[in-house]
Amino acid sequence: MKLKTLLLGACSAVVLCGFANAETLTIATVNNGDMIRMQKLTDDFTSKNPDIQLEWVTLEENVLRQRVTTDIATKGGQYDVLTIGTYEVPIWAKQGWLLPLDNLGADYDVDDLLPAIRSGLTGDDGKLYAAPFYGESSMVMYRKDLFEKAGLTMPDAPTWEFIADAARKITDKNSEIYGICLRGKAGWGENMAFLTATANAFGARWFDENWKPQFDQPEWKNALDFYVKLMNDAGPPGASSNGFNENLALFQTGKCGMWIDATVAASFVTNPKESTVADKVGFALAPDTGLGKRGNWLWAWNLAIPAGTQKQAAAEKFVAWATGKEYLNLVAEKEGWANVPPGTRTSLYENPEYQKAAPFAKMTLDSINAADPKNPAVKPVPYVGVQFVAIPEFQGLGTAVGQQFSAALAGQVSVDQALQSAQQLAEREMTKAGYIK
Amino acid sequence: MARNVSTQRKIVVTVAAWAIGILIFFPILWTFLTSFKTEAQAIASPPLFLGFDWTLENYHEVQERSDYFKHFMNSVVISIGSTLLGLIIAIPSAWAMAFSPTPKTKDVLMWMLSTKMMPPVGVLVPMYLIFRNTGLLDTRLGLVIILTLINLPIIIWMLYTYFKEIPGEILEAARMDGASLAKEIIYVLTPMAIPGIASTVLLNIILAWNEAFWTLNLTASKAAPLTAFIASYSSPEGLFYAKLSAASTMAIAPILILGWFSQKQLVRGLTFGAVK
Repeated sequence: MKLKTLLLGACSAVVLCGFANAETLTIATVNNGDMIRMQKLTDDFTSKNPDIQLEWVTLEENVLRQRVTTDIATKGGQYDVLTIGTYEVPIWAKQGWLLPLDNLGADYDVDDLLPAIRSGLTGDDGKLYAAPFYGESSMVMYRKDLFEKAGLTMPDAPTWEFIADAARKITDKNSEIYGICLRGKAGWGENMAFLTATANAFGARWFDENWKPQFDQPEWKNALDFYVKLMNDAGPPGASSNGFNENLALFQTGKCGMWIDATVAASFVTNPKESTVADKVGFALAPDTGLGKRGNWLWAWNLAIPAGTQKQAAAEKFVAWATGKEYLNLVAEKEGWANVPPGTRTSLYENPEYQKAAPFAKMTLDSINAADPKNPAVKPVPYVGVQFVAIPEFQGLGTAVGQQFSAALAGQVSVDQALQSAQQLAEREMTKAGYIK
Repeated sequence: MARNVSTQRKIVVTVAAWAIGILIFFPILWTFLTSFKTEAQAIASPPLFLGFDWTLENYHEVQERSDYFKHFMNSVVISIGSTLLGLIIAIPSAWAMAFSPTPKTKDVLMWMLSTKMMPPVGVLVPMYLIFRNTGLLDTRLGLVIILTLINLPIIIWMLYTYFKEIPGEILEAARMDGASLAKEIIYVLTPMAIPGIASTVLLNIILAWNEAFWTLNLTASKAAPLTAFIASYSSPEGLFYAKLSAASTMAIAPILILGWFSQKQLVRGLTFGAVK
């Protein structure tokens, strides 16, 4: 009896210790479909790792960025795993705020990651500082029925000239059909993501090799002039306040002939539950102007481990689980191949089942491969990033310049005035930050 | 004739009042209606007002995804806690300034208000460091303290205004009867200022409930109130308007109901002393 009691006691003590030792990882993430799906599938992780519990902090992207930045800059240590964008990774890695991901396990297969995405997440020391959860580029989504009606055929790799011509032909303002919907809402991640990528195709760049702002160069004038004129002729009314969501709503309700935006939108616009044009959408590469660069960007949401965490080993296990090959199979098994987070692994695009389930797969892969974050523009640049410049000053500067360009689209200022203001803003900011004298 | 004008005036005023009321209430009504639509109906063009298939799917999904009750309890504790703590500090302060003013009282009042003039993000990093070093990050206690500090100037100003309306002679009479300072404040001043205190309490609960800068920045998961609950449904890349509306409706419903039931008290308190 005594022995039994002792054994029982010992067992309970072990169980209690087990509970006491269970580590809780706090994971900060953004609110988008793929992340929400991951939260729903965490039982798979916790059943494989019973000693690790997960606590989710899901936030809107901009709120998350502010909160996570404050925490990591002050070494607050509130989070063990962070969801951060391609913009933050090189800057934070340089600051020593992120731990290198050296121990993701033998079967993680880091070489399977898409090279374009991986290069944006690798530090100067050649180490990976964040693991991509999903990747995206931008491409043209167009209405096949409207193109047919107008007697047009979309090439796989269109030029801007063709896009503009087609947009004007399709536009029928009386029926509220607009040839093209593009971002106009001010913000470094809104209109400037689109315009910076577009400017690359027009031969423009943010800075020359000596960090001198280039808004006074003819390439920027061509790009912005083209964009404003096209939107005035063939864009929806009030385009200067349209961002991703507004354009998505317009496209899904059948009001846009074309929409150039993130590849992740493909799964929304082809979903018959959400889109009225689901069966009429075609895809093409982002347009170029024949100068050798396409106007498509490169972005990934990644999982990273902050240097201040006390639970590195558990965090590494989680990152390896969420960004590993097995996770893709898990999503496919539970939710179907079309819902697998795209744009991170070569093996996914070689999978015939995925190719069958996701008609936009090839276009997404081609778009991602066409982007080069280390050589984004036609001319040489001193920065990394296709639709952004990976320096800490870019968030503020990008938004300020975005406001000027948004005002030009709204007709409040001329293209020349907007570019002049952008040049002044950039010169002032870059001088203040010590890049130029 | 005069009666006619008066009726006309009444009609105009009533219509104008209803129009303004509906205009102000419309966004809330729209959020409420959207919460019962599907995501596709939520972005339909032209917008659907009432003629759609009502669904509870969004509420179901929000409930499944988030722990509403945890966020709700955090909001309750934080807003009531900060208001009570604020009152404990503000009643004696307002008493001192209303009944025992010095030449510098006005300056002190203005200085207090001046703390509201700086954008909060200006002190985010120092506050964050203080919270980190004192272990107050992501705790209800930390939020109670910060919201008390934020709302204290408003509480003191409101109470000061109400206390000024109370004749000092009554307090003097209490003192003559031998009441101590504490008794004077608790048994004489406070009961007389109840309408004012009640409206101050209500207004501060509403302000604390809706405060979305500090409550978002100083919490992670444990102490996150309903503001964080709403923020988790907003997304710049993806249309989740119906779900966001359901989360918003759930977050504002408690405070809306509280405001509805206490509106008489609130209006009485806010207009207290307006007519002399």
